[in-house]
Amino acid sequence: MSEIPMTYVLFVSFALFFIGAYGFLTRRNMITMLMAVELMLNAVNINFVAFNKYLFPEKGDGVFFTIFIITIAAAEAAVAIAIIINIYRKFKSIDSEDADTLKW
Amino acid sequence: MQNFSYISLVLIIPIVVFAITGLFGKKFSAFSGILGTVGMLVAACLSYFAAYQYFIVGGRADGVYPTIIAFKQTWLQFSPNLSIDIGIMLDPISVMMLVVVTTVSLMVHFYSIGYLHGEERYATYYAFLSLFSFSMLGLVVATNIFQMYMFWELVGVSSFLLIGYYFEKPSAVAAAKKAFIVTRFADLGFLAGILVLSFYSESLDFQTIIHRMMDYNSPIFHNANTASFMGLSALTWALCLIFIGGAGKSAMFPLHIWLPDAMEGPTPVSALIHAATMVVAGVFLVARLFPVYSQVPIALDVVAYVGIFSAFFAAIIACTQTDIKRVLAFSTMSQIGYMMFSLGVAGGYWGEKGLGYSASMFHLFTHAMFKALLFLGAGAVIHYVHSNEMGDMGGLRKKMPITNIVFFIACLAISGVPPLSGFFSKEEILTAAFNHNKIIYAVGILTACLTAFYMFRLYFMIFWNKSSVSHHEGEGHHGEAPFTMKLPLIILGLATIVVGFIPFGKYISADGSILESEFHLNLAIIAVAAGLLGITIATAFYMKPSEMPAKISASIGSIYNSIHQKFFIDEIYLFVTKKIIFNLVSAPAAWFDKNIVDGMMNFISVVTENTSDGIKSFQSGKIADYVLWFFAGVILISLLIVFAF
Repeated sequence: MSEIPMTYVLFVSFALFFIGAYGFLTRRNMITMLMAVELMLNAVNINFVAFNKYLFPEKGDGVFFTIFIITIAAAEAAVAIAIIINIYRKFKSIDSEDADTLKW
Repeated sequence: MQNFSYISLVLIIPIVVFAITGLFGKKFSAFSGILGTVGMLVAACLSYFAAYQYFIVGGRADGVYPTIIAFKQTWLQFSPNLSIDIGIMLDPISVMMLVVVTTVSLMVHFYSIGYLHGEERYATYYAFLSLFSFSMLGLVVATNIFQMYMFWELVGVSSFLLIGYYFEKPSAVAAAKKAFIVTRFADLGFLAGILVLSFYSESLDFQTIIHRMMDYNSPIFHNANTASFMGLSALTWALCLIFIGGAGKSAMFPLHIWLPDAMEGPTPVSALIHAATMVVAGVFLVARLFPVYSQVPIALDVVAYVGIFSAFFAAIIACTQTDIKRVLAFSTMSQIGYMMFSLGVAGGYWGEKGLGYSASMFHLFTHAMFKALLFLGAGAVIHYVHSNEMGDMGGLRKKMPITNIVFFIACLAISGVPPLSGFFSKEEILTAAFNHNKIIYAVGILTACLTAFYMFRLYFMIFWNKSSVSHHEGEGHHGEAPFTMKLPLIILGLATIVVGFIPFGKYISADGSILESEFHLNLAIIAVAAGLLGITIATAFYMKPSEMPAKISASIGSIYNSIHQKFFIDEIYLFVTKKIIFNLVSAPAAWFDKNIVDGMMNFISVVTENTSDGIKSFQSGKIADYVLWFFAGVILISLLIVFAF
């Protein structure tokens, strides 16, 4: 059984990252934007795991980092949702275009 | 050597009273006058005790009165040799000044209880009065020329505050400003003089300066005396500059213009500050540095001629003024001129030559008493008549018998009629002038005659002239002034009679030794005759209403007018400041400030404002915008990293 080449995996993570970035830029619903951020984080996770597997198979550093990132992503999601709830209470909307008072 | 450390209490009491009445006076306004008076009474008693202890108990050591440093604390140390100290120095003149200042201040504090009764800012008045007393006492006991300078400015400030006490009146505000600016301008000379003197003598301490400058052979004296600038030695310049400061404070020509206007203040203040104490600070300053002055004949001549000119000049103007306080102001200026030229004619330091010095201090002492009396008497009259103009007065002798008597005594004293105090001091001054310079003596005699004339003109215009003044009757007006105002008048009246008998030369002389002033009968007769002549003319003109004065003044029309306008000195000052200085210096400077200096600042602010206005739209508040810029930045940086490095 031949191995899947590394570039395939990197392509998946590349595609995932830019799908996330595109979603973050185009969507205005904050929950969707949060999901887009999660997509980008997962793209990074894939990168870590792939490089760990193909370049340094005898070590586990990349995998550890992935676990960290997953943990942080969970915490971040909790914080972000709390912020979104507060924004909703203030603006009666979770549209990012409506919450534009933080400026000059 | 006795302990004189209690003298510091004389300074501490007024400043504490100032703090209490200044901070809490509003709550117990009526009490502040009593507090101030009691405080001053204690200070006066301490000064009398100190004088007794110093002159009688302590006595002489090695034939001179010792200079005692009762307290000394280094305040600012510049270098090992040069420091500014705060301390208390007792020598004959400072002990004498302590007595004069506390006595007159006590009288004025007591008198003001009645004079300013019911005044709205009564407590503030007493606070300022205490501040003044503190500053003046600090000035006379200064050990250090810089300490003297600080207190010198403090008396200037208190004078400013008290002249401007009735600050609702624009004229009082203008007078206060004028007094402050003119004396401040003169103090510039004083400061420059201090710097030059201390640069050469390498010390700020009076005793050290005098000690170093008295020694002809010392290199310090040699340096100061040979370093020359524009034909005069550095020492001469220093002393002349210091004298400018003294002339400003003592209202000598041509820096006298503030004194007549300073009469806008309450009358007791004029008695204290502008007659008895602050204005003689200049005389005191020259007397304090007299040993140094005596080394430089040119500086002494400057003092003498400025003094005699001011004395004569002021006496002429005083003859034409109609405001009683202004007559007294010019008379003060004239008498201070006497003290100044008396110092100036004391050509030497030792023995008989130093007569002028003693005479000057003697006159300072007697003048403080009778001039304070005159002012307080004038205050009583103003209190009664509610006007400063002589035309509104006349025939008051029946209504105010006590004021009449004490005013008469004071007028006799200032005219030099024996055996009142003014006679003794003036006779000594004229003797000193006769021994030194005949021209000054002649002008001095003439001035004495004028003095007697204008003082009796004043006296007759107030108390005699019109047989009785009717326009105050029927108003239910109080007659004589209240008790608090009468008592100081009586005390000062007694003082005016007796202080002349103090053998002053025994206590105060230039070199500290006993000066037996000989009584020159011939000179005394001339001086008294001059005074009596003035009195006779005044009696003839003013005792009864008469046409003569008006005729005479009409016959010399333009001259009379220019004298009445005080020789247009004020106008000259206004011309110089408004036309010349404002147009040629201030206006261009203001233009530069407004256009160049302000312009640069405005330019910077305009540029900043426009730039920030332009870039503020970046802060749109829209998350998508921020993210876009963020990504663009990240991509740019990664491209740079990939391709550029």
